[in-house]
Amino acid sequence: MGAKHFGARVKRLEDPALLSGRGRFVDDLKLSGMLQACFVRSPHAHALIRGIDSGAAVTMPGVHAVLTADDLPEPMRRMPIPMLTPNPAIATPRTQTALARDEAYYVGQPIAVVIADSRYLAEDAAAAVVVDYDVLAAAGDCRAAIQDNGPRAHSDLVSNVIARFPLAYGDVDAAFANAAHVFEEVLWQHRGGGMALETRAVLATHDPVADVLTVWSGTQTPHLGRGTLADLLDRNLESIRMIAPDVGGGFGPKAIFYPEEAVIPAAALKLGRPVKWIEDRREHFLCATQERDQYWDMAIAVDDAGKILGVRGRMLHDSGAYVPWGIIMPYIAAVTVPGPYVVPAYRLETVVVLTNKVPTTPVRGAGRPQAVFAMERLVDRVARELSLDRAEVRRRNFIQPEQMPYAVGLLFRDGKPLVYDSGDYPKGQDEALRLARYEGFRERQRAALEQGRLIGIGIGNYVEGTGLGPFEGVTVRVLPSGKVAVATGATNQGQGTRTTLSQIVAEQAGRRTEDIVMTIGDTGAIAQGVGAFASRQAVNAGCSAQLAGEAVRKQIVALAARALGVNENDIDLDDGQATATTGNKPTIPFGELARLAQGIPGVSLPAGQAAGLEHTAYYTPPQAAYCSGTHVAEVEVDHMTGGVKVLNYTVAHDSGRVINPLIVDGQVQGGVAHGIGNALLEWMQYDDNAQPLTTTFADYLLPMATDVPTCVIAHVETVNPLNPLGVKGAGEGGTIPAPAAIIAAIEDALSPFNVHFAETPLTPERIVAALRAAGAYERLFAA
Amino acid sequence: MKPAPFDYHAPRQLTEAAELLATLPNAKILAGGQSLVPMMNFRYVIVDHLVDLGHIDDLRGIAVIDGRLRIGAMMRQRDLETSPEIARHCPLLAEALRHVGHRQTRNRGTIGGSLAHADPAAELPAVCAAYDAVLHLASIRGLRSVPFREFSLGFMTTALAPDEMIAAIELPIWRLGHGHGFHEFARRHGDFALAGAAALLDIGAGNVVRRAALSLFGVAEQPVRVDAAEAALTGKAPDSRVIHDAAAAAWLIEPISDIHAGGDYRRHLAQVLSARALVDAARRGGVEV
Amino acid sequence: MGKQATRITVNGKSHARVVESRLTLADFLRHELGLTGTHLGCEHGVCGACTVLLDGRTARACLMFAVQANGSEVTTVEGLTPDDGLSVLQQAFMDNHGLQCGFCTPGMLITLTELLRDNPDPTEHDVRDALTGNLCRCTGYAGIVKAALDAAQRLRSGSGA
Repeated sequence: MGAKHFGARVKRLEDPALLSGRGRFVDDLKLSGMLQACFVRSPHAHALIRGIDSGAAVTMPGVHAVLTADDLPEPMRRMPIPMLTPNPAIATPRTQTALARDEAYYVGQPIAVVIADSRYLAEDAAAAVVVDYDVLAAAGDCRAAIQDNGPRAHSDLVSNVIARFPLAYGDVDAAFANAAHVFEEVLWQHRGGGMALETRAVLATHDPVADVLTVWSGTQTPHLGRGTLADLLDRNLESIRMIAPDVGGGFGPKAIFYPEEAVIPAAALKLGRPVKWIEDRREHFLCATQERDQYWDMAIAVDDAGKILGVRGRMLHDSGAYVPWGIIMPYIAAVTVPGPYVVPAYRLETVVVLTNKVPTTPVRGAGRPQAVFAMERLVDRVARELSLDRAEVRRRNFIQPEQMPYAVGLLFRDGKPLVYDSGDYPKGQDEALRLARYEGFRERQRAALEQGRLIGIGIGNYVEGTGLGPFEGVTVRVLPSGKVAVATGATNQGQGTRTTLSQIVAEQAGRRTEDIVMTIGDTGAIAQGVGAFASRQAVNAGCSAQLAGEAVRKQIVALAARALGVNENDIDLDDGQATATTGNKPTIPFGELARLAQGIPGVSLPAGQAAGLEHTAYYTPPQAAYCSGTHVAEVEVDHMTGGVKVLNYTVAHDSGRVINPLIVDGQVQGGVAHGIGNALLEWMQYDDNAQPLTTTFADYLLPMATDVPTCVIAHVETVNPLNPLGVKGAGEGGTIPAPAAIIAAIEDALSPFNVHFAETPLTPERIVAALRAAGAYERLFAA
Repeated sequence: MKPAPFDYHAPRQLTEAAELLATLPNAKILAGGQSLVPMMNFRYVIVDHLVDLGHIDDLRGIAVIDGRLRIGAMMRQRDLETSPEIARHCPLLAEALRHVGHRQTRNRGTIGGSLAHADPAAELPAVCAAYDAVLHLASIRGLRSVPFREFSLGFMTTALAPDEMIAAIELPIWRLGHGHGFHEFARRHGDFALAGAAALLDIGAGNVVRRAALSLFGVAEQPVRVDAAEAALTGKAPDSRVIHDAAAAAWLIEPISDIHAGGDYRRHLAQVLSARALVDAARRGGVEV
Repeated sequence: MGKQATRITVNGKSHARVVESRLTLADFLRHELGLTGTHLGCEHGVCGACTVLLDGRTARACLMFAVQANGSEVTTVEGLTPDDGLSVLQQAFMDNHGLQCGFCTPGMLITLTELLRDNPDPTEHDVRDALTGNLCRCTGYAGIVKAALDAAQRLRSGSGA
């Protein structure tokens, strides 16, 4: 039986509603009696809170309440938001309380909330709340924050260092001592925010009769959110329902639980009315988590042929004012460095430090772009110093496909040894280079130079652990109508979850995708769930959908065989009908089978028949699923202005078996756009007092349609042997090696000037400064 | 990000608008709104009264009068962009308009609004500087004319009195056959320029520059006419050496510095873009450099 | 104080309301009229998610007050949608994976409606140029550009869906 849906470029079920303006994002939801919220936020990066005077605010038109920490119920009033990713390496696992009480630790931290008839009126009143602050010195730069003599990010902590962890394998010192060549690189990397187009949003309502608190949140993780809220309110899980409706982009920052997701439900409980909070873009710039600065100090040891003998270094990571997602991100960065190469010895010392800026948590790529950038810059350095082709150096160091599964020698953040399950890195690179016409590039570069144009090419390779656990459940149930109902804890912020899971279930259950009714992101629909992050849903939910679909298929066949009086082997399922292939081919619709599966009141079921026509599967992956890829970027640089244009971009992408190529290509293309942003444009800037300087879309630059070429994308599928579908994740691969490839291409374009770059984002001003220092303009402007 | 409360007024006559601006406390003009309303949404600007000039016919129109192009202050940038008169008589303005923001903002944004807002990186003030435009200002005290050099006073500061509005802008028309050049450098398409150059060259017999105007924006607190560059060009044949030396005068400007670009980089860009704009102006004026 | 009567025609239907002067056109459409297809992504005029047609021209609804639109005609994404099914442009988006989360999509559709009306045979460069006033964080624009060119071709050939 051939695959009808799996692997097909199925158009998305989500589209018609979204295209006609009938999406249901949180701000589109309206409840009777609904009030609107506006938060009062700290304007200081670090301050003691002496007092909050809401006397004037509370009397203003349309204001129903002004709540501070003391107005919150216990334990929320004092309990820090539980951290879901503990690690013994973290000395002080600090997380926020719902509202700050005594001390504010970053600009934007919520101090109080105004609840009013409209957002307009709430903002008027918020401006009238007077907070008495004692401004403290702020820890603004992570490089200064690790020193012992500077400002404390938290006034009660002696040190801003919250974790130090070494990662190592092999004899690094011997490798370096005996190496023919050692090269060093100092790198600064900055990634900015997720910057989804839809800001955060929470709507909460309490039904006092059933005592159920329903919360709609623009979250990637409603089940995790429900669990956290239950802890903060000391309520049973069953008394809270959290729903992620349509969500306008996630990219990581919406995976964590925010203070507002606690305060708004508390306000709804207190006031006995629905309360809605829609974050505005300025708040998002201040308070939505981001990734930020990492400083890397690296060295690579190689032999005369450019074969890697060892890699070592140090990395400093700015965690911001809290650690809501632990040290996951710097940890991932640290273990991603070896990548697709054989690195016999490796050591990285990582220091994680607190500053008075908004916390850092994973943004698309989650620390891997930085690791890949470090490694790829080192490899390019080897190539330049040894006068070898950059693709050739990589080829000489690749882990070969015969070496799979390949144990790197480290523990991954999934708690398991870092073992690449599958992958063909040489094939991926060859394919990308072929499609990018790498062979003929030097000729094209020469021709361009004759016309006065500087073009360059760069390569970026990566390996990415995806499909992380613990699980994502899927329930498949045949309804009396004959349609198939699916429920899952997986969520959707644009990745087409509904469509891909429908494809899998349709394949198994013999229904068209249009006849599948799916509930996603609703804790009321399935008992346990985790949510979207770490490119995990295709693997986790996809495999659960496969398993549940398979199980229901078996049930349908068994029931139909019994009902039609034929062997199970002689049953065909198609378009909601079970039809015998023998005799006069009797048929029975799924709906009838669903009714049969209900049984008759008072009568035992036949032996071997289970109750209902449904199955819930919670696939649990044994370890991460390792994706990989090669990116080739071609750029043009205007050496007079420093302006960079990405001309062509090629991706060879291995995310295992592909459920829907349309969607995977979309993820790669979108990921590359984000990577271009990281390479050239996106920079969340702060001053020395940790005051944010880029707080609008005019200051923080997202790529536009004129900045991102259409990528050439090839799929190099190596099937994941560890899960039933053979799939791997696809959401982040487009972003991960992009800065490495682009910065390498810029350097290549400017090779007549022999300048070197080890930073992202790389701005035109920095390019011009480097060219000036290299004497480029003296030669050009010479008398 | 909702604005603070205000009263809205939509006068239909210029005199009514002048009256309102003179008598209402804490009143501001609403022209295109593309610069003002974001500031109101951020509550950086709090007004008690908004006077919308969008319904006043006297503030619209394009006419050629006595060798000058007269443009009503409330003309939408998009309408200027597609105006045949502007394309014919003031091609520098036509070209500059294509760089102003995005189509959506040009549909609403006005030339008067841009000049009154006086953002250092804005294109239209620089073009007015290059043309030695004359601005006609209106208030209850009547009309007065102010040359652009006296209108632009500093960082986002103009000679407009608090109750005064720009009624019209007049651009002296250069000789048919003159050359124009316009180059800016922005991080992305439609962004505010980090630096930009607007150039006009009237090249006469013997390929000699009879008259030159070079105006820079984004580099200093207000648009700058590079007098030294203009002097270096006048009376000479514009070859690459002459243009290079003229452009070098851009380095002498006192630059601004902010998170988008430092001063030295802006001056560097000013030189580069001046040269490019002058090369284009020379070519369009009949001399291939 | 601060309130004003206004009459705006939206998607062909006239609405008379008394509103606060400071109520933005975007909030008027979304909350006064319940037309939630127009989205707010930044409220400072950069992202374009709020783009509508005002008297036939694209405008950022977050940078206008409803009272300014008195006497004008506004078209939102709901007004681009036929009673049955999808328009040619909308269908082209679906066929070419021109959307992911859908938040920027209404603004994209409105902007492209203006482009294709003024320029029925745009180049890829023309399309990308026209889209710079609309940010998308999900798609990397490729599917949107493809959809626009596909729709342009279908509209020119009159082949509809």
